[in-house]
Amino acid sequence: MTYLEAIRDGLLTEMRRDPRVFVIGEDVGAYGGAFGVTRGFLEEFGPWRVIDGPLAETANVGAGIGAAILGMRPVVELQFADFVSDAFTQVVNMAATFHWRTGCALPLVLRMPYGGGIKGGPFHSQCKEAWFVHTPGLKVVAPAFPEDAKGLLIAAIRDPNPVLYFEHKYLYRSQRGEVPEGDYVTPLGDARVVREGRALTVVSYGWALHKCLEAAEQVAAEGTSAEVIDLRTLAPLDRETLLSSVRKTGKVLIVHEATRTAGVGAEVAALVAEEAFEYLDGPVLRVAGRDTPVPHSPVLEAAFQPSVAEIAAAMRRLAAY
Amino acid sequence: MATRGTIPALTRDQRLELLYYMRLQRAIEDRGIKLYYQGRIPGAYFTGWGHEAIAAGATYALGPDDLVAPMHRDLAAYLMRGIPVRQVFAQFLDREGGLTRGRDGNVHMGDPRRGVLPFISHMAASVPVAAGMALACRQRGESRVVLTFFGDGATSTGAWHEGVNFAAVLRLPLVLVLENNQYAYSTPVSRQTAARAFVDKAAGYGIAGVSVDGNDVLAVYGAARQAVDRARGGGGPTLIECLTMRVRGHSEADPFTYVPRALVAEWTARDPIRLFERRLREEGHLSPEVDEAMQARIAREVEEGLAWAEASPEPRPESVTEGVFAGEDGA
Repeated sequence: MTYLEAIRDGLLTEMRRDPRVFVIGEDVGAYGGAFGVTRGFLEEFGPWRVIDGPLAETANVGAGIGAAILGMRPVVELQFADFVSDAFTQVVNMAATFHWRTGCALPLVLRMPYGGGIKGGPFHSQCKEAWFVHTPGLKVVAPAFPEDAKGLLIAAIRDPNPVLYFEHKYLYRSQRGEVPEGDYVTPLGDARVVREGRALTVVSYGWALHKCLEAAEQVAAEGTSAEVIDLRTLAPLDRETLLSSVRKTGKVLIVHEATRTAGVGAEVAALVAEEAFEYLDGPVLRVAGRDTPVPHSPVLEAAFQPSVAEIAAAMRRLAAY
Repeated sequence: MATRGTIPALTRDQRLELLYYMRLQRAIEDRGIKLYYQGRIPGAYFTGWGHEAIAAGATYALGPDDLVAPMHRDLAAYLMRGIPVRQVFAQFLDREGGLTRGRDGNVHMGDPRRGVLPFISHMAASVPVAAGMALACRQRGESRVVLTFFGDGATSTGAWHEGVNFAAVLRLPLVLVLENNQYAYSTPVSRQTAARAFVDKAAGYGIAGVSVDGNDVLAVYGAARQAVDRARGGGGPTLIECLTMRVRGHSEADPFTYVPRALVAEWTARDPIRLFERRLREEGHLSPEVDEAMQARIAREVEEGLAWAEASPEPRPESVTEGVFAGEDGA
């Protein structure tokens, strides 16, 4: 099953199981979503559980918050994660502080199709997960594999907090994998060691994680064994999985597609410096998107994106340190 | 655009109940002003002086299972939906017993368990959320109505437009109460809209709209009751423009020298509580005995509420990291 089909399977599983779960967003109903995730949902669940909202992110996210306050389990689809800036107050002020202010749950999921590789340009390609990792009260997940895409979505829907579910558009159809049938969760807050190794720890998520695996394969042929960790959840971070790997390898490379400055990698690097300094045998390195908007030209976007060659070079540098 | 229905006249007891809540709001806020000038209220202090008829009149139109999203000048709305006086004072004082347990201050309060959406500083942010509450009611086939309040300044925001439009296109059971108090902080309504009147915007959204004297509690109640009935009957949202005047500063720190004094004097003379008292006396509903008993009850409730709040502990410093997420402490 593809990554996109896994998202769809997770959503269907929860909507069939729990009548409180509904989807709302732009073009999610009759059209089935810009990427087709909710195709056929309208026919199965009807117009009050598959709601074509107006072209208005504040309204659709705000409405999700209101419905969640009354005990519904809304899944709001942002057509592109970039458009969440139009709903910023609702996400970071209204939703993020709600439980802290009231003591009441806010079971809200925002589906955030994000990332580049689709020739989308500066307003359809961004990776803005760090905005929300920096906001207390929000949980942030970013699956890299179909199995986790389904399991994390189900976990997000069942969580009593606002969860931003970053689904990578490039992975929608490029990633295939085994996906368990029916009901299961990938717990929030659990990273996974995707490839075991001893020479260095590579921390990543999303599309970049797959580039790391490719680079790890290349350097393995040269005798360097890289341990690759898929964060899966960016907030809250799985400190234990991360730190125990670092204590084993003593070297850390962090890779993400999001721009470098004040990205999730900066937080991981700080955490490693604070908690595992004594174990480090080399500098903590980052490979990340350039600190620019995401360019439209495929040539420029390739130059913007962290590349497999760059990642492999950083692995070699650390291994040789 | 307002449809004329038959709204049953309020009984004597109901009218007195309205007066009680208007007076209770005023008495609590009057006490709050003193506390503020004594330096006992952390941060800013806001009142709803002159807005009591809107807060009380509109909220009174709601049924027991309905929901409300007040703004920062609607203390009567909180009180009418069951939030106790003591918790209001504890909120003012940032105590553990306050509605946000010291997490947020002053009039930023509410209680989702009682169907009162807490207000945040971002004007009109409650409007799309209130629309979402109305959506949930509609999805579940409940005949509940949501009523939300906002000011003239809030209508300039994108959130307001999006929330109103969302409720309009889905024909949700939402009542939109605009408190046009003529100034958003120091900015007059002429910088908020070029429309002849705010209520004209209703036509642009394809919803019902009506204007009322915001200092006449029975007029506000009547308009709200019609709007609530329309919403409950599937007729969609109504915009009610209540014209009033903010007769104090935006907050107590604001000398509001930007408002012509004659305008303040004109509206102070039309104080909604005094107007309603006069009317009730003319109707023979407010005898000196009834009046005194009500005043004594309010004075007692204010003092008891404040005493409880003052006895409520400060939040524990070590609790600062608690409660950011649900589910961590079994909540």
